Amino acid sequence: MDCCPSVKNILLLDSEGKRVAVKYFSDEWPTNNSKLAFEKALFAKTLRTNARMEAEIVMFQDNIVVYKFVQDLHFFVTGGDHENELLLAAVLQGFFDAVTLLLRNSVDKREALENLDLIFLCLDEIVDQGIILETDPSVIAGKVAIHSMDGAAPLAEQTISQALATAREHLTRTLLT
Amino acid sequence: MAQPLVKKDDDRDDEEYSPFLGIEKGAVLQEARVFNDPQLDPRRCSQVITKLLYLLNQGETFTKIEATEVFFAVTKLFQSRDIGLRRMVYLMIKELSPSADEVIIVTSSLMKDMTSKTDMYRANAIRVLCRITDGTLLTQIERYLKQAIVDKNPVVASAALVSGIHLLETTPEIVKRWSNEVQEAVQSRAALVQFHALALLHQIRQNDRLAVSKLVTSLTRGTVRSPLAQCLLIRYTTQVIREAATTQTGDRPFYDFLESCLRHKAEMVIFEAARAITELNGVTNRELTPAITVLQLFLSSSKPVLRFAAVRTLNKVAMTHPMAVTNCNIDMESLISDQNRSIATLAITTLLKTGNESSVDRLMKQITNFMSDIADEFKIVVVEAIRSLCLKFPLKYRSLMNFLSNILREEGGFEYKKAIVDSIVILIRDIPDAKENGLLHLCEFIEDCEFTYLSTQILHFLGTEGPKTSDPSKYIRYIYNRVHLENATVRAAAVSTLAKFGAMVDALKPRVFVLLRRCLYDGDDEVRDRATLYLNTVGSDGEVIETDKVVKDFLFGSLDIPLANIETSLKNYEPAEQPFDINSVPKEVKTQPLAEKKAPGKKPAGLGAPPSGPPSTVDAYEKLLSSIPEFSDFGKLFKSSAPVELTEAETEYAVNVVKHIFDRHVVFQYNCTNTIPEQLLENVTVIVDASEAEEFAEVASKPLRSLPYDSPGQIFGAFEKPEGVPAVGKFSNMLRFIVKEVDPTTGDVEDDGVEDEYQLEDLEVVAADYVMKVGVSNFRNAWESIGPDFERVDEYGLGPRESLAEAVSAVISLLGMQPCEGTEVVANNSRSHTCLLSGVFIGNVKVLVRLQFGIDGPKEVAMKLAVRSEDDNVSDMIHEIVASG
Repeated sequence: MDCCPSVKNILLLDSEGKRVAVKYFSDEWPTNNSKLAFEKALFAKTLRTNARMEAEIVMFQDNIVVYKFVQDLHFFVTGGDHENELLLAAVLQGFFDAVTLLLRNSVDKREALENLDLIFLCLDEIVDQGIILETDPSVIAGKVAIHSMDGAAPLAEQTISQALATAREHLTRTLLT
Repeated sequence: MAQPLVKKDDDRDDEEYSPFLGIEKGAVLQEARVFNDPQLDPRRCSQVITKLLYLLNQGETFTKIEATEVFFAVTKLFQSRDIGLRRMVYLMIKELSPSADEVIIVTSSLMKDMTSKTDMYRANAIRVLCRITDGTLLTQIERYLKQAIVDKNPVVASAALVSGIHLLETTPEIVKRWSNEVQEAVQSRAALVQFHALALLHQIRQNDRLAVSKLVTSLTRGTVRSPLAQCLLIRYTTQVIREAATTQTGDRPFYDFLESCLRHKAEMVIFEAARAITELNGVTNRELTPAITVLQLFLSSSKPVLRFAAVRTLNKVAMTHPMAVTNCNIDMESLISDQNRSIATLAITTLLKTGNESSVDRLMKQITNFMSDIADEFKIVVVEAIRSLCLKFPLKYRSLMNFLSNILREEGGFEYKKAIVDSIVILIRDIPDAKENGLLHLCEFIEDCEFTYLSTQILHFLGTEGPKTSDPSKYIRYIYNRVHLENATVRAAAVSTLAKFGAMVDALKPRVFVLLRRCLYDGDDEVRDRATLYLNTVGSDGEVIETDKVVKDFLFGSLDIPLANIETSLKNYEPAEQPFDINSVPKEVKTQPLAEKKAPGKKPAGLGAPPSGPPSTVDAYEKLLSSIPEFSDFGKLFKSSAPVELTEAETEYAVNVVKHIFDRHVVFQYNCTNTIPEQLLENVTVIVDASEAEEFAEVASKPLRSLPYDSPGQIFGAFEKPEGVPAVGKFSNMLRFIVKEVDPTTGDVEDDGVEDEYQLEDLEVVAADYVMKVGVSNFRNAWESIGPDFERVDEYGLGPRESLAEAVSAVISLLGMQPCEGTEVVANNSRSHTCLLSGVFIGNVKVLVRLQFGIDGPKEVAMKLAVRSEDDNVSDMIHEIVASG
């Protein structure tokens, strides 16, 4: 209670409960099997709820889980039983919106897997070992999107794909600002 | 041409397309060789890292060798200047969590990045390095980290601060040196830097109350930029309030700050403040009101998270301050139909706590509709709420009991059914009118119950309660049906229950005997054995004759010996001529495994030499005392107290005393230790001044001839006191002896000694010394079996107390009795508490005490004390103990 607010895990599952990207910050689930069991049970418990408009919330195994669904993606953020629910919801919203920005509004499983590097970086920028780093989606996406070449390399030396990548990043950045 | 395209689309629908389809660890590890190419392709390398991360994320593990290979390959990628690739490299290193000797490989690269001009490099390199580093490396980079904390770039500063929070756990001494920089960062204009700095600063100073208090004071006046930091500040503030509350009175410090946070623009902060207010120790209604108001607004929010947070907090408030929440009842009722079942359940249970008698029926109707579509765990919550509601409004038992019996018939798991059965049992016990109705519901339930545990519990309960009803015969059918239809465990339980009816209700005895005789042909040993036992002991060949009380007590009385003790004794018993004697089992509940057994043990055996060290068990005490001729005619030792220290720790002479209580005597056993190597004490006596203990008269004392260094010895003093009276008094003690110098190297003792005295602390004999802690397994049964003949009830005001728990433990230790059924634990924030105690008073009189505490006004504790014992003098005496204590 007196300590810093902390997040126990952030999960991104697909519409069958399979992992797209997950990140655990608590040793409450020491093995991969315990993690999978948690995901499976949580997925089953939340499957039939309607979390497409507003983020939903559930008490689950003495934890608070806030979650939100879009297309075939299920976003979850778990915190301790005494955590401020709204604070967890802010983390969830930050994650959700940042992913929406990074995937340029086409948020579905396929797009997420194709840009899995961005999702991983996004998770890395939101929470560091349980401590909230940032919840503002545009800041998170901004940090993830610096994905271009080092400024020193002139454009002419880039391969076509690199040029495309650079262009994409420029586009994202303009979108974000 | 069109054909294959369509087919491809079909494939996508069937088997979802994934860039990682068919991915395999071995192949990816092969691919990772591109990291070693002289001409690095950053894009391709990034892709391979993503694949590796994907594998790890899916739960794949790398062997030690694989991990090391990947790690070394990844370190090569520091050559590339591609920012995107570098990000992935950082991520990969963190995931691999390299061992100490591997860390060295990347240290220099990371340190270079830490001092780079690119902010992103600095921030990430700090996070990676701090994650993988150990203490020795930390001193090398400490300088950079301090700089980073006050870096102009907020991302860099946050990275350093967050790393500091993690490092504080492993290397606190280093991180604590950064407090100046952290202090500066608290003033940062960047919202999250302030948040992280505040968290770190608080953790550095958390053991320094004054510093935390100062920090809170300055920040509550200043500006806090982010909602997160504001939440943190609220948490720290409540901590300061909690610690200050014990010393200050009147207006609560910082309450105004919390209240002002209720008007913050971020909901997160409003909620944090509202919750903090509701959790304040001894919060008043006036303090609660503004918090309840904002929570009430949240109840009608469109956001489920907000509704949930609010209703959960209000639910907690309703436990301690139900009246404060009643204003929200209308909003709460609309939540019963909330889509989110957690919210609906919380709303229901809150309503059940705050509802008044007239709304019960309406509520029950709403709940009935709702029960079918929630999960068992929620149902249990509802059942528990209904149970407490029923106890609150006993007149409404009919509709509540009906509700419970209805849901008992529906589908449900064991925990849920158990909660319902427990609730019905409690209602039967506490509401006499509900008894017959409730018992019939339970009977119906066991007709079709799949849980053996519940069936046996109910059968046992029927056996206790059934015979006392107006028409016990109607239960026989249900019980005997069990003998036909159930498994052996339930059958055995049913036989016992039948026998109980037979023994308690004389009119039924012949019929019960007929049934019991049929059980003699049961297929199971235990069932047959029980039937035989009962047929032979309840006896009288099934005639309508009252069963002997001794037999009843033997068969159905409660075993007043802790099961753990009897288990130990049975394990220690070796087959011999002499049968196992149940009276030799200690009755006292062991509070700690190492604590002494204080129960009267076996008869003193033999007059062996007194043990050299201070004996610690009752057996040993008894042996020791009976070996001293002066005390041999004192009779049986009733109780020996725990040693009471009469000297401060680390003084010249260490003395503690054990009080041995006999019927007409008290013996003090002073255990003395001489802690000075240069001294030998001779003719050591304790001069006891009993002028403040009028009822005691000194009859004997036994001094100690000599007390050498570090070898403990005992001095005894015996006092006579009126028989059977719990005489109390204060004794002042003085140690008198002759000191002789000793040469510690040779051990030679000087011939001449000097007489000296040493003042010891006072010793008191209190009423609790005459009560022995003896637990009972079932307090209610014991309470009822003693009966109200010598019941004494009175009320006491205990004056202002720090907390209810403190008052409860004070009374328990005053009486020196054994708390039963875990009632010594007081729930947090509760306003009332019932505590059950049992013990044996001197003269072997069983005593049971029921204490009901309530908080009345600001911290005034009132107590109702009900005593039952086998002797009215003893009941009165317990009251005297409390009245004078």
